[in-house]
Amino acid sequence: MTAMKSGLGLGASLACALSVMAAAPVHAQEMEKCFGVSLAGENDCAAGPGTTCAGTSKVDFQGNAWTLVPAGTCAEIEVPAAADGSMRAGALEALDRDIPA
Amino acid sequence: MPSHPEFAGSFAEGLRTAALPPGAVFCDGDADLRFAVYRNNVSHSLSEALGQRFPVIRRLVGDPFFAALGRVYSETHRPRTPVLLDWGDSFPDFLAGFAPLAGYPYMRDVARLEWARGRAYHAADAAPLDPAAVAGADPSRLVLTLHPSVQVLQFGAAALTIWRQNQPGADAAQRIPSGDQFALVLRDRSLAVQVHEISQGDLILVEHLATGATLHAAAELAQWADPGHAPQTVLVLLMQAGGFIHPPES
Repeated sequence: MTAMKSGLGLGASLACALSVMAAAPVHAQEMEKCFGVSLAGENDCAAGPGTTCAGTSKVDFQGNAWTLVPAGTCAEIEVPAAADGSMRAGALEALDRDIPA
Repeated sequence: MPSHPEFAGSFAEGLRTAALPPGAVFCDGDADLRFAVYRNNVSHSLSEALGQRFPVIRRLVGDPFFAALGRVYSETHRPRTPVLLDWGDSFPDFLAGFAPLAGYPYMRDVARLEWARGRAYHAADAAPLDPAAVAGADPSRLVLTLHPSVQVLQFGAAALTIWRQNQPGADAAQRIPSGDQFALVLRDRSLAVQVHEISQGDLILVEHLATGATLHAAAELAQWADPGHAPQTVLVLLMQAGGFIHPPES
């Protein structure tokens, strides 16, 4: 009898869990690749099979290294001006500035 | 002149034994010295790669110890494929049998957690299940497919707490609990690897879902092993993180 009772209780709790699963908000924060904002060695990578380049950028704000950031925020990221005083900002395409020799 | 397979074989052997492979030609300089430089580069780069894969183990034992450890491991457990991210699967068991670490039995479990994180990071992509697909489903018929990155682990010691306390910026003042710990590792919708402490019932539930059991059968087995287990928390966590995917086309 107890086994049957617990079976019924389980069915009810699973039905409840399924409805919560169906309704719970999904943290599907859309991300975008933002070039030219990573600190040296802290870039993300596409992590394709057999490859990784995460953490391989050599200089701060390297133009061809990217970091995943929430969609829509890339161009607003503040990056310090370059040594020669020129302004720098993040971009959705690889940049040709700050490329290590 | 040795054939190419012969030469590759004696070259690989020489990397271990320091014996100059027959047929090796060096343009200038001392052949033995040049080969020693090559050997050192191979050994050092493997040790570095191992340290990147197991940063908490490196932190726990310290850089000098890890350098020596990496040398022994890389000489006895050569990479079997050119894909370096496949290398290190035997490292946790190696640590368990490494005599100088006999007094630190949690090392193996910490390494298992780090290996699982790497596997999750490099797991194949798969589109998450639409949450609406489970609305009103019958638990005794519902079979959920896990994302390839989802893994559960059981630790005989507080390996999860030790791992957490050795993350950059972590507060190490926390007390280390005694007893088993259970962990869920997955790569979420934003490609971040998550590590969660779960209950024994959660672990059994996920293990049975992974074998294709229905939700009801898996939850029943979890409750049998862990009386009073409530499945909702881990199920909602998996759904929100993208841990369930559309079933493969059959």
